[in-house]
Amino acid sequence: MIEALNVSMVYPNGIKALKNVTFSVEKGESCSIIGPSGCGKTTLLFIFSGILKPTNGRVLIDGKEVVSPPKNAALILQDFGLFPWKTVYENVCLGLKIRKVNKKEQKKIVESLLKNLGLMEFKNYYPKELSGGMQQRVAIARALALNPDIMLMDEPFSSLDALTREKLQNFLLELQNRDNITTILVTHSIEEAVFLGRRIVILSPRPGKVVKIVDNQGMGDVDYRNKREFFEKCREVRKSISLAI
Amino acid sequence: MSRSEKKHKLSYLIAAFLLILAWSVISHLLNSPAVPSPHLVFLSFIQQLERDLITHFLISAYRVVYSILLALSLAIPIGLTTHEKVVDSFVAPFIYLLYPIPHIVFLPLIVIFFGIGDLSKIILIAMIVFFQVLVTTRDAARSVNKYYIYSLLSLGANKKDIYIHVIFPFALPKIITAMRIGIGTSIAVLFFAESFATTKGLGYLIMDSWSRADYPSLYAGIVSMAILGFILYLILELVERRVCKWM
Repeated sequence: MIEALNVSMVYPNGIKALKNVTFSVEKGESCSIIGPSGCGKTTLLFIFSGILKPTNGRVLIDGKEVVSPPKNAALILQDFGLFPWKTVYENVCLGLKIRKVNKKEQKKIVESLLKNLGLMEFKNYYPKELSGGMQQRVAIARALALNPDIMLMDEPFSSLDALTREKLQNFLLELQNRDNITTILVTHSIEEAVFLGRRIVILSPRPGKVVKIVDNQGMGDVDYRNKREFFEKCREVRKSISLAI
Repeated sequence: MSRSEKKHKLSYLIAAFLLILAWSVISHLLNSPAVPSPHLVFLSFIQQLERDLITHFLISAYRVVYSILLALSLAIPIGLTTHEKVVDSFVAPFIYLLYPIPHIVFLPLIVIFFGIGDLSKIILIAMIVFFQVLVTTRDAARSVNKYYIYSLLSLGANKKDIYIHVIFPFALPKIITAMRIGIGTSIAVLFFAESFATTKGLGYLIMDSWSRADYPSLYAGIVSMAILGFILYLILELVERRVCKWM
């Protein structure tokens, strides 16, 4: 379980990013965080991943306070996640290398992942030689290489075209269902938040406060996107957001 | 070799040919002993090779390569660590105060402290290349996007990993560009450093043949200096192709 308890964040330059954010995500559950741009949702994600320290409040994972990047969590970023100077293979391998997994084991894990994600033939390519969708698949592969219990994602699909985005959303959904990974997804797309989050946390403009937490029991199926329920949920979320602004 | 690479090589040959052609035309028109024809220079170059041109060349190469290595071994680590605010606040004032000075004016001081041997020549060249590489490396190290670092930290990286996997590879193409400029400068300073208190090196050869009005030797020296610069440039190009494949 992941808990944010009264998390507030004020940057050294005086910008108030978050104010008393409290919510929790159950083990194996998926949660979307949505809010207007600049509402501190990325900051919140960096706090969950132990990279930034909140000025107030705490983040707990399975009851333990997060003070450094937790070993069982993987972070996926929008643009700067992959290193352009490393090949696909080297990028996916990086977390294992840093954790000093032995070379043979690294190769085994990375190659089986690349095979599964259809990236094997691109293993010696550099990120810029790949399409945006493939780049994000590599980023997901790198996260999965660490066999995480938790995936933290910052608008991972926002720079992709609509079709590729849907494909990757489906892929992510299948992954969640199969591996039971706890996911927190930051997004500014209402549809994405509703499609991928069993719980949808709506933040207000800066400083971000929790405006509403929407339950979304209907999700979990690729077909959900075409259901009436989905559209109604989107409408509900949209309404809450516009009230918050 | 691919077709575009072949074309690339051909255009180099054409450029070399045009330069030599222009040179012959000028020498023919001026008809002065100060501008001998390429063919005469080539003969003198071969003749000089049989004498001691190779020794002069090797000594110059030794001086300039050592200088560059010395400069890099200091400028790169210092430049990269300016990524840390603490280091930068210490290093930056020195850069601002020392970089704009033409370092060549330190020559008398260097000679006083390190004598008239190779060491003071190497230090003079190294000092100039050092600042060129340092300034560029520092700019690169400070402009690393923090999201790259966050991304690496989330994988459990420590300080050392950040330098190995992010800051150094990010700065490398910029360091190589700085070296490319530095090589040109180092050869220019080499010439200056070899024009006094030595009887070895291409700079000496040039000054000496000049004073004797031995123009073919003078040109042989100039051509050798150009070849030295060209070889260093080529080596750097090969290194860049290996280490900056991703660019």
